[in-house]
Order: sequence, then C-alpha cells, then structure tokens
Amino acid sequence: MWRFISGRLLQAIPVILAVITVTFFLVRVAPGGPFDSEKAVIPEVKAALEKQYRLDLPLVQQYTAYLGDLAQGDFGPSFKYPGRSVNELIGAGLPVTAELGLYALLFAMLVGSLSGIIASLRPNTMQDYVPMTLAMIGICMPTFLLGPLLVLLFGIELEWLPVSGWGDIPGDKLLPSITLGSGLAAYIARLSRAGMLEVLSQDYIRTARAKGLPEWQVVGKHALRGALLPVITFLGPAFAGLLSGSFVVETIFQIPGLGRFYVQAAFNRDYTMILGTTVFLSTLIVFFNLVSDVLAAWLNPRLRTQYASKS
Amino acid sequence: MSADVITDIEQAEEGTSLWQDAWVRLRKNHLAVMGLCVLVFMIIVALLTPWIAPYAYDAQDLDLGASPPSAAHWLGTDIFGRDMLTQIMFGGRISLAVGFIATAVALIIGVSYGAIAGYVGGRTDAVMMRLVDILYALPFMIFIILLMVVFGRNMLLLFLAIGAVEWLTMARIMRGQVQALRQQEFVEAAISLGLPPSTIIRRHLVPNAIGPIIVYTTLTIPGVMLLEAFLSFLGLGIQPPQTSWGLLISYGAETMEEYPWLLIFPGLALTITLFSLNFLGDGLRDALDVRGSKD
Repeated sequence: MWRFISGRLLQAIPVILAVITVTFFLVRVAPGGPFDSEKAVIPEVKAALEKQYRLDLPLVQQYTAYLGDLAQGDFGPSFKYPGRSVNELIGAGLPVTAELGLYALLFAMLVGSLSGIIASLRPNTMQDYVPMTLAMIGICMPTFLLGPLLVLLFGIELEWLPVSGWGDIPGDKLLPSITLGSGLAAYIARLSRAGMLEVLSQDYIRTARAKGLPEWQVVGKHALRGALLPVITFLGPAFAGLLSGSFVVETIFQIPGLGRFYVQAAFNRDYTMILGTTVFLSTLIVFFNLVSDVLAAWLNPRLRTQYASKS
Repeated sequence: MSADVITDIEQAEEGTSLWQDAWVRLRKNHLAVMGLCVLVFMIIVALLTPWIAPYAYDAQDLDLGASPPSAAHWLGTDIFGRDMLTQIMFGGRISLAVGFIATAVALIIGVSYGAIAGYVGGRTDAVMMRLVDILYALPFMIFIILLMVVFGRNMLLLFLAIGAVEWLTMARIMRGQVQALRQQEFVEAAISLGLPPSTIIRRHLVPNAIGPIIVYTTLTIPGVMLLEAFLSFLGLGIQPPQTSWGLLISYGAETMEEYPWLLIFPGLALTITLFSLNFLGDGLRDALDVRGSKD
C-alpha cells in the first residue's frame, strides 16, 4: 500500500511542474503588459515597479525565482491591486469555497446514493424510472441554468429563501449548495444504481438472502460496500467539477469565494493573480485525484496491483 | 447506465450485419429514437435559420421593449425588442456548431493518436500513452479559461481549446480497441498476407473499432456544448454581436425577475438538445453493445 501511495505521489510531481511551467510562460507571452494602463506611468516609477515584480530579469531567472517563491508557499503578488497577494486571496476565499463544496458534496452523496439504491431495488418499475429520469435532468441541466431557475422559484416567486449572499441571512447557504451539488447527485445516483445492480446479482448476495438475513441487512451491509466503490473512484474527478461549478455558483449567488475571485481576476486580466490561483487550484485538483485513487485502492486491493504493474 | 440486456442468444443470431442489428435494437429504444428526431430537427432548423427565422437577426423594436410571448413574437422579445425565437435560432447555430466542430477536432486527433499508439505498440505506445496520462491529470477547465484570457476571446480558439481537451478519452478508447483487435486472427492473417499497415488500419481496424467511437462521439458533443455555454455564461466564451444559448441564458439570468421568459426559453432549448444527445448516446451504447466507454 505504501508503495502504491508513493508511486502515485511521484506521478503527481511532473504534472504539477507541468502546470506551473505552462501557466507561467502562457501568462508571460500574453499580449499587453501589466502596467499598460490609461494613465501614463513615470519611467522611474515603472522601472521601480518592474523591479518589484522582477520583470527586469531575464525570463528564465524570473521562472526560477517564481519556483523558489512557490517552494516557500508564496503564490506571488497581484498586478492590479498592489499590496494584495494571491495568498491573501486564497486565505479569504478558500474557507468559503470549501464550506460550499462540502455542503454540495454532502447533499450529492446523500440524495444521489439514496436515490440510486432505491432505483436499483426494483429495476424497470416506476421506483426506478422516476429517480433515474430526475437524474438525467440533473445531468443535462447545467448549474448556470439550474441556479437562476431555483432563485426564480424559491427566492422570487415563493419568497422562501434568500436570493444571494453567504452567511448573512439564515438559509442563504441552502440554494447555492443544492445548485452546486445537484449535477453531482445525478451522476452518483446513476453510478450507485449501476453498482448496486451488478453487486445484487452476485452469489454472496444470494447466500446472504438464503441464510435468511432481512433485506435491509443484505442491502445495507453486504451490497452497499461493493456498490459504492465506483462512486468513491468518481469523487476525484468530481472535485474538479465542483470547483469549476463553484465559479458559476459563486458568481450567481454573489458568494465571496475562490471561484468568484478567479473569474474576476480573469476579467480584470490580473495575470499574476491568475497565475497564482491556477497553480493553487491545479495542485488542489491533482491532490484530490490522488486521494480518491488511494481511497479506491484501499477499498479494492485488486486496483493496487493493477497500478503497480503499470508504473 | 450500462443496461446490457443483450443476451448471448441474440448475439449468436446469424444473417444480420452488425449495423442492421444495432438499428433494430436502437429502434426499440423509444427515448433514443426521440432524441434522434429532436436532434435532426434542431440541425435542420439551424442550417435553414437565415431563411426561415421570423425576424432579421439584428432587428430591434426599442418601443416594444421586453414583451411576453404573443402572436407576433412566439417566444416574446428581449429588452431591445428583439424577437426571442430568432435569437434562439441564431444562438443555436453557434452552440451546435461549437459542439460538432470541437468534437470533430477531438475525434480526428484522438482517433489517429490512439490508432498509431495501439498499432505500433511497444515503447512508442508507452511514451504516447504516458503523455495522455499526464495531460489527463491537468485541470482543463482552468486551462481553457486561462487560454481565453491570454489570447482573447475568439471563436476559432474556443473550438481548438475545447477540441484539444476532449481528444484524450477518444485516444484511450481507440488505442484499447486497436490493441485488442491486433491480436485477433483476421488481423494476423492480413499481416501475414503482406498487406501494408495503412490498408490494415483502414480496412480492418477502423471499421471494427467504430462502434465505441460513435458512442463516445455522441456523448462528447453535449459535454462540449455545455462547456461552451459555461464559458459564455461567465462572459469568457462567445462574444456579442454573436450569440449562443449560453450567452442568452446569462442575459436571461440578469433580468429574470422582470422577464422570466428570457431565461426559460433559451434554457429549454439547451436542455432539450443535451437531453436528446444523451439519450441517443445511451441508446447507441446499448444498441452497439459498447461497454466501459463511460468515464
């Protein structure tokens, strides 16, 4: 197991390095310098600024210096807002986004696996069709459409829930979390249904039934573990989906999280801010993929040898 | 959903080709047939839009402003008095075009890359697929946003960027297919007969691998369309004066409190199309008996 984990860790390093390198040079070749603003900047000031942001150094030296900063956990400054750094931004936005993501994940796991299991118990009946059709709608309905529609229904027409904000009014965390989690819930429902159907036809389930176990024990104790495996493997990629979903959800509901900051930085062409956040978010995604792989290998020993022979 | 209900007996039946067989099975799947019909309808409308749209694309009626659906404007008008049906039809052209063209880019790159890796095998294959593994781990949503920011928001780049992301899975599927086929007797026979590799790939490998490719292509298109709409919603995709369903949804969301139809109709158009493509893809997967292509 340790060999598996260290092997996967070693694989992650070139990926993260590639992200840093590609992002760094992409941002540097981007047209338009950071100080090409409307008002003319005095040459001395410009030189001082360039020195501060190390733009006077050759490109390769800038790159190695940036790597050095990153190694110390410094993601760099902002071009647009002097005095603000990417670290501050992450410090302010990450807790919010993490909380939002956690609620969305909880919602998705609970609703998704429950409806998948319910559907799998009586396949090809109404008990199967209704949740699975809902799941299909959940997959086809993008967050940027579902969010406004939910706001329209529950916020504006029924006036049950606040339409925006985060932690200001009680209940304002509900709509964003559901919006972000529903697509994921739909995928989990489909995965857990397929997993359950496969497991329920196995011999050991028949044995469990034959020895007279009550149905809830057969499902809850014996079938569930095997059926939820594909769901766990899916959680790594799902994390990336949640993150990009948070771009939209945080924009719609005006939540001061990482996703909204990122989109704003993209709009303002705040290159260093984009560079820093891209590196940070990418590392996060790579890390979560790793965790989900390790988790899956822990639950299913066959995967370990499969990966070991590959690498 | 891998509802592989096809029994061995059915597979053992002789006398019908794979395609006839698949067509018969597809026709039994009402949802897939419905999806296909809706899709064909959408494509025809998109192609004919410049001639059949009820109003000109840039026709405004500022006095009218935003009005709910009426006899003159079936789906209402937006805040500039532009006919919503016309907007949705022109937006659909772009949305569908992005979906199909970007998928075609992914298809061409992925299939040739995968076929070469799978056919040549050995060290070349190992290096090529390791590269795919590394690219796979990259967070591409963030990269596309980065590309759109750095190089400006033009549509050609959007096609390329999305296509360049989606080819990875295609390459993996194609390589797996080719690798499995290579070891079959009829390919060995073709090799021993002295056929050149290009003929073997064209005559024997591609036709046999085409089922999974078709299925995955059908399922890639909605993903691509969603990606375009996502970017356009954030303001990083299609730019005015051009429009797309994603952009229309984003405008609609801004004014939904007063004019909800501006959000609902483009939303419906996008959702129905994505629905159809997904149902058709699922149906094709069952009909062609493809497994494990879902990621």
